[in-house]
Amino acid sequence: MLGRLTIEAIPLYSWVAMGGAAVTVAGGLAVFLLITYLRAWKVLWTDWLTSVDHKRIGIMYVVLALVMLVRGFVDALMMRAQQAIALNSEGYLPPEHFEQIFSSHGTIMIFFVAMPFLTGLINIIVPQQIGARDVAFPFLNSVSLWLTAAGAALVLVSLVIGKFSTAGWTGYPPYSGIEYSPGVGVDYWIWALFVSGVGSTLSGINFIVTIVKNRCPGMTYMRMPMFTWTTLCISILIAFAFPALTVVAAQLALDRTLGFHFFTNGDGGNMMMFANLLWIWGHPEVYILILPAFGIFSEVVSTFSRKRLFGYKSLVYATACIALLSFTVWLHHFFTMGSSANVNAVFGIATMIIAVPTGVKIFDWMFTMYRGRIEFHPSMVFTIGFMVTFVIGGVTGVLLALPPADYLMHNSTFLVAHFHNMLIPGALFGYFAGLNYWFPKAFGFKLDAKWGIRSFWFWIVGFYLAFMPLYVLGFMGMSRRMEHYADPNWQPYLIVAFLGAVCVLCGIACIAIQLYVSAKTWGSSRDVTGDPWNGRTLEWATSSPPAEYNFAVLPEVSDIDAFHDMKIKGTAYRAPHQYEDIVMPKKSALGPILGALAFGLGFAMVWYIWWLAALCFALCLVCVGIRASDDNTDYVIPAGEVARQENERLARLTPADMHDMRDFLPRGAASGSVLQGRV
Amino acid sequence: MQDILCRSLRPLFVLLAAGFLLQGCGVSDAPVLFPKGPIALAERNLLFIAFGLMMIVAIPAILLTLLFVWRYRRSNETATYQPEWDGSWKVETVVWLVPAAIIVVLGTLVWTNTHRLDPYRELAGDKPAFKVQAIALDWKWLFLYPELGVASVNELAFPQDRPLSIEITSDTVMNSLMIPALGGQIYAMAGMRSELNLIASETGVFMGRNTMYSGDGFSDQHFKAHAMSEADFTAWTTKVSGEAQVLDADAYLKLREQSIADPVAHFSAYEKDLFKLILRKYAPIVGPYESEAAELICRGAA
Repeated sequence: MLGRLTIEAIPLYSWVAMGGAAVTVAGGLAVFLLITYLRAWKVLWTDWLTSVDHKRIGIMYVVLALVMLVRGFVDALMMRAQQAIALNSEGYLPPEHFEQIFSSHGTIMIFFVAMPFLTGLINIIVPQQIGARDVAFPFLNSVSLWLTAAGAALVLVSLVIGKFSTAGWTGYPPYSGIEYSPGVGVDYWIWALFVSGVGSTLSGINFIVTIVKNRCPGMTYMRMPMFTWTTLCISILIAFAFPALTVVAAQLALDRTLGFHFFTNGDGGNMMMFANLLWIWGHPEVYILILPAFGIFSEVVSTFSRKRLFGYKSLVYATACIALLSFTVWLHHFFTMGSSANVNAVFGIATMIIAVPTGVKIFDWMFTMYRGRIEFHPSMVFTIGFMVTFVIGGVTGVLLALPPADYLMHNSTFLVAHFHNMLIPGALFGYFAGLNYWFPKAFGFKLDAKWGIRSFWFWIVGFYLAFMPLYVLGFMGMSRRMEHYADPNWQPYLIVAFLGAVCVLCGIACIAIQLYVSAKTWGSSRDVTGDPWNGRTLEWATSSPPAEYNFAVLPEVSDIDAFHDMKIKGTAYRAPHQYEDIVMPKKSALGPILGALAFGLGFAMVWYIWWLAALCFALCLVCVGIRASDDNTDYVIPAGEVARQENERLARLTPADMHDMRDFLPRGAASGSVLQGRV
Repeated sequence: MQDILCRSLRPLFVLLAAGFLLQGCGVSDAPVLFPKGPIALAERNLLFIAFGLMMIVAIPAILLTLLFVWRYRRSNETATYQPEWDGSWKVETVVWLVPAAIIVVLGTLVWTNTHRLDPYRELAGDKPAFKVQAIALDWKWLFLYPELGVASVNELAFPQDRPLSIEITSDTVMNSLMIPALGGQIYAMAGMRSELNLIASETGVFMGRNTMYSGDGFSDQHFKAHAMSEADFTAWTTKVSGEAQVLDADAYLKLREQSIADPVAHFSAYEKDLFKLILRKYAPIVGPYESEAAELICRGAA
């Protein structure tokens, strides 16, 4: 009846694992009780969980990412603590537990922190940047969110019921095969990837169509903001790369569950086929995580340097180059498999070529600051920290792209330091910059700058302390994923790395405090105009938070910096001659229901509860059928209601709220038509 | 805002300084930085050359960023302000072409060195290469010496004055064999044979290990590689040949069982064609078996 699920599944094997399970359960319970206490279940369900509004979906994505960031970071802290003390001793974590922690850390950070964080920011902002009222397929968007959440839930549940994978976040066979990993861990990993991977693929398709079809009049491709450009590029990458992951996860599942031999040691299996397929997804994935952050940096650097973005076309072509090249380099993840010198050299050179467009981007941002007026807003400070630190990561990346050097550094902590050097400044700092930059757009009030700056300093100092020692340890011959070690020379470095992790912990605490302080004092930091930073792109033309329909009348664009252009010309904040009825998508309970069913399906497959799996799958199809035969998915906001909301907003605005645009004009130019405000 | 920035700078400098002081210790033993063989040396030198070349771009990038941030801060009213300046062919040409030129140079280096330092390439020496067969097991390394007919576990001995040519496979999950002081690594994969050619420039004992995560005993899966003088190596050979233990099929099956942190063991003889049999074990068609021993090894159990 319950497959292989028995009472044994409760983690009684170590006090640390039990503690983790207890915290997870207590956390879930606390949230449940809090919502019950606030009597918020109805509001939560009708206004949020069933919403198909891209802004609310985006906010839910970011909340998911922040929650999972805490979970993934606890893993990191535990690993650093273990390695700091495990010289010639077992430390406090047995190997079987340490293995689960490094596997879940990687899986969570890639799939359930970075992916939802960037998808959330894209959801909130991109439709507004292109002057659209919603994404192309709003309901599909809700399904994507809930599939991602279902995958995250599977990872969380593995902490309480059963164990997580011990095969690392890349899950290489034959170690992850049924012969060497007979438990449920790898199955949890496979199904978490599978379920969330489908969600990501659908998101990618959704945003390709949104950007191609829903741009407002005048917004040609070469007038799209950089963040929209990077979103378009990564959406294409997602649509092409994620199927490879889905296929490779399915093949591994077939190996494990039905006794196939795709990747087994014997019977014609070949584990290197897994490595190839995984990295055909995995390398583009790196750019899927980083390019949106590059988009955010482009927006931030231009806004807070009070200057047009330098080399817009160059940045667009560089982004497109990176996206294209990202599919040609996957073999550099396993130069050491023994392929011929020709193969390794070709992939090594292809990898280094990517450094050119990436370097160009750094220089373009630098020259955006040149002759600007830089304001040290937290998002700008994160951007500057990124530019300096990312260069180091780029250099070590090119070093690893030299096959003979890679033979020395592969699988070492040098490699660990390198990819954290790309993903923490390159991706995470970008998302934090985006969080600080667009928070007022989503919630209508600004985040506290002081705590934002503090979180930056803790993060960057913590980053250097945690990962510079790992570069050195790589030179000293330390492999990654070691539960204990015998070389006393390594320990001082690992202690410094642990201190770095503690520093990052303070950085995360600062973000929590920042959110708390800002929410508490929200009345004093309200964003009345919808344009708190004197922004340049279209998302700042809407109110904060935007009306459900974003734009009462679709804007017309004649410049890259569309809203800046409107402010200069004095056409911003003008009521149109007349309003029209607006058609918007209805909310739907099927999104969260499909998510719950996907979770049930995954959980049942992990534990071999076949009847439940079949039931959940059948119900999924029923849900799709119900949605497909529903012709009544839209509703109309009457013109009168739109007019009421818009007039209310415009009436609240006083000239004192608006930004003085005279600064941007060449000295002595006529300022008659320029929007004036406080100086 | 400016104040916060400056005040928070102070702890950064203190921490960075402390970090760099700490980095001094223990580095002189780093096998990658101070290699003990020409292959590792060439690989390290390539690392250094590439690092140096990239500094041509990296150092200006970092310094200019910091300089621009400081010079064009909002409070500096004296700096030029050009809000509409958004492109320059001169700048674009430099930022595309200079990195591209460096990559052309690096690319040439990659092409020649990847061929020169191909781990499969046999190394020329005054004397013929010393052949060893390495088999990854859970969680130990088994070394067979075809020339001597002996075997060792968790210890690799070879004459320093001859190039070392290792054939590698695995009788378990994927492993990766590496002796950092002598040069790079190559995966050990079941049913597949890979090669690693190394050479030691001096006698000594070097750390070697599996770098590819392989399960509970992974942390302890290391061995010592002894590059010996001719006299020492002869003594070692005599000692091992005199061991009573023999690695026949039964003994191999016992050795193959999972075990952690095995002590060094020596065998005066090993089952004929053991390496080939372990490779054959994972072939799509394994039988028919020419001997009972072959069947035992290929089936993995009695």
